[in-house]
Amino acid sequence: MQPILEMRGITKTFPGVNALSAVHIDVRPAEILAVVGENGAGKSTLMKVLSGVYPHGTYSGDIYYEGVERKFSKISDSEDLGIIIIHQELALVPLLSIAENIFLGHEPAKLGVINWFEAFARTKELLKKVGLNEHPNTLITNLGTGKQQLVEIAKALNKKVKLLILDEPTSSLNETDSNALLALLMEFRDQGISSIMISHKLNEISKVADRITVLRDGMTVDTLDCHAEKISEDRIIKAMVGRELTDRFPPRNAKIGEPIFEVKNWSCYHPLHTERQMIKNVDLHVKRGEVVGIAGLMGSGRTELAMSIFGRSYGQKITGDVLINSKPVDVSTIPKAMDAGLAYATEDRKTYGLVLIDHIKHNITLANLDGVAKYSVVDDLVELAVANKYRRDLGIRCSSVFQTTVNLSGGNQQKVVLSKWLFSGPDVLILDEPTRGIDVGAKYEIYGIINQLAEAGKAVIVISSEMAELLGVADRIYVMNEGKFVAEMPAKEASQEKIMRAIMKSWGKAND
Amino acid sequence: MTDISTPQVKPDFMRFVRSNIRDYALLLSLLAIMVFFQFNTHGTLFRPVNMTNILLQNSYIVVMALGMLLVIVAGHIDLSVGSVSGFIGALAAVLMTGTSPNPDLFTIPKFDFVTASIICLGVGAAIGAIQGYFIAYYKIPAFIVTLAGMLIFKGLALSVLGGASVGPLPATFQLLSTGFLTDVFDIQLLGAPFNLLALLIGTLITAALIYFNFKERRSQLQHGLAEEPESIFYGRNLLIAVALIGFSFIMGQYKGLPNVLIVMFALIALFVFITTRTTFGRRIYAMGGNEKAAKLSGVNTERLTFWIFTIMGALAALGGLIFAARLNVATPKAGAGFELEVIAACFIGGAAVTGGVGKIVGAVIGAFIIGVMNNGMSIMGIGIDWQFVIKGAVLLFAVFLDVKFKNRG
Repeated sequence: MQPILEMRGITKTFPGVNALSAVHIDVRPAEILAVVGENGAGKSTLMKVLSGVYPHGTYSGDIYYEGVERKFSKISDSEDLGIIIIHQELALVPLLSIAENIFLGHEPAKLGVINWFEAFARTKELLKKVGLNEHPNTLITNLGTGKQQLVEIAKALNKKVKLLILDEPTSSLNETDSNALLALLMEFRDQGISSIMISHKLNEISKVADRITVLRDGMTVDTLDCHAEKISEDRIIKAMVGRELTDRFPPRNAKIGEPIFEVKNWSCYHPLHTERQMIKNVDLHVKRGEVVGIAGLMGSGRTELAMSIFGRSYGQKITGDVLINSKPVDVSTIPKAMDAGLAYATEDRKTYGLVLIDHIKHNITLANLDGVAKYSVVDDLVELAVANKYRRDLGIRCSSVFQTTVNLSGGNQQKVVLSKWLFSGPDVLILDEPTRGIDVGAKYEIYGIINQLAEAGKAVIVISSEMAELLGVADRIYVMNEGKFVAEMPAKEASQEKIMRAIMKSWGKAND
Repeated sequence: MTDISTPQVKPDFMRFVRSNIRDYALLLSLLAIMVFFQFNTHGTLFRPVNMTNILLQNSYIVVMALGMLLVIVAGHIDLSVGSVSGFIGALAAVLMTGTSPNPDLFTIPKFDFVTASIICLGVGAAIGAIQGYFIAYYKIPAFIVTLAGMLIFKGLALSVLGGASVGPLPATFQLLSTGFLTDVFDIQLLGAPFNLLALLIGTLITAALIYFNFKERRSQLQHGLAEEPESIFYGRNLLIAVALIGFSFIMGQYKGLPNVLIVMFALIALFVFITTRTTFGRRIYAMGGNEKAAKLSGVNTERLTFWIFTIMGALAALGGLIFAARLNVATPKAGAGFELEVIAACFIGGAAVTGGVGKIVGAVIGAFIIGVMNNGMSIMGIGIDWQFVIKGAVLLFAVFLDVKFKNRG
């Protein structure tokens, strides 16, 4: 049977990173193909290539759709042919109605005047197809996430979808909504519509998928046919994480002392949806000189945990205790958290880490301006000496510390962020995805810095989506999923399979 | 590992000019505009009496632009400064003359001008603080809060004055805007009295400025930081010397240095110091550049915003006092449209709408570009209608150039 879609030898590079190399996938008519892989394996990039977000010419390789080679230069090119992608972050306008959202950009109109009767009538039909019993006039903001997802699918149906792509469709749905969605996908399959489903939830995948393609480090590693044999979850996990651990980490001798940082019974709720609990009774502790890793998938609540601890910079209704050297401390504002000895280096250095229009020197001293000032007057020469010291110590490559940070490479930007926090003199450092988007060489240097910090008697928490990285740098690993710590293991006994299994086993249990 | 030792920065003429083109373009524009009007007004512009006039006419705009620059660098805007200055002028007149807007209901005691001025500055700061409170702690956009303030204080000014003009004001108070530093010498130059004190003060300030410039240069050279080529450094200092001494010489030919000029200079120096040297100033730029990053770095962004608007309120009040003292009367229309000139001064001076970028000196030059244009066009007899059109075009052009240079950089 001729496949409806074939992507051959797709290679896509970003500055310094090979996001996809020679990826091959194919989708047959009326089937559900699951695409799985770790964070950063290249799934989302592949879908962006397919939908035309990255236009033809910015990648190499060929896309055949319905037997013809396609060169999409924008999203509407792929949409016109019935390829519809539904992103993890829903793209609905919250204060418009269901009907308005479904027809946004494609309003049934004559001379610019919208025929609302037709729009409503068609919306009703579409909602019936996806099994959503709501009035077309209902505002999106009044719907739950599950129903919003159905509206997205109705919107796709309205565009005469032939190939539906869902990026983590059930990640924010509860079990009932997830099951309804999966049932809908199977119904579509019976009607001849193919789907690509990107997911981490292996139990759901084994329920609906016809075939599974596994991506790892931007390459297709395996395609498994679910009808030919019984595919076990272990088999998939092995394919997902099975990379060789080579000498990517500097050696270190851990000298672990008494606990210096403890968090007890920490809970926090979503900043907008007051009923959604993001962090559920988390307990954690870090000892002097210890590097503790927090593993978990994207959206598992790792960043939310760190930010809610660091001066309540995330969430609301935050409860729990923080102890430093066994004494309770007040971390209710960022300055108080910093005074208590905490530092948090963000995962998103461009949005939360750096003042990009300012130069390195100013960025390094920002968190501790009083350290280079007397009576609130900044001493330029002292500041310069500080900036140059960190430039030397951390090996920041730049023409001078007066270089604007926006022009630095990702690794050097990360070193500036680390310098800023080191200069604030913390006892406990929380590093959120410290090596995201930076090249292998710079990663090695960052690991070296983490080791030095631990050797200097500080407590370091590393949050990372790369399990191999955690196994390499951490002494102990907490595994997080759906806002809870679901496992804790010494790094020596941990493996990627063990971590992944802990995550997979915990799905849904946190909601009880 | 690649070499990361401190390289000696070799002053490169063209590169330096390119990276600082905005600052030079601004100064050169002011000079070009002045030369243009000097020529087109048949030499009236640089006449001592006219130069003095330009200073007096723009002093309150400059004073308010200092605060507005902080507001804009922080990423906000303040539309209320015109109304606030008008309201404070009205309040000052009422307090100093003891005029009650409704004598049948209540009377107002007569305050001496010092007490009244202090009350007025305090009220101005309080107004700024209230607006800042809503902006900082309730996250209501500054545009909305100060738009409301604009309406409220326009109304309150009318109400305080009872709809009429109140004046005249005490002679000692008027000296703020119309007085000059008394000359201690008594000399003649070319058959006319010449104010030597003005020239002396001008020369002293020039000497001090150049001394500090050279001191900084020396320290930069010691640390291998001197990016500015030698020729530009000397040229810049020469230009400063010629401009300042020439300016005080011109002022000396008329009545000398106006009191308000001294106030203005002191404030400019203070605000340059605040923005470039203090932790407070540094945090404003960081907040305007990336509020989220500044907040996560422990900057108390709410308190910072609150104080910026409080300072703005006090400066708007000072502007209102200067304006009232200058007119010797408080009118219900005082302050109308000031906010536009003040905001325009900051943007012409290179401040970025997105925040994080802008210099005090730029805002001051921007204010004088508008001031010289107002003055020159009036002398040329251009109608008020076309004056607005031309000023609008200049503002748009200045920001257009900014955006263009930024995109290329």
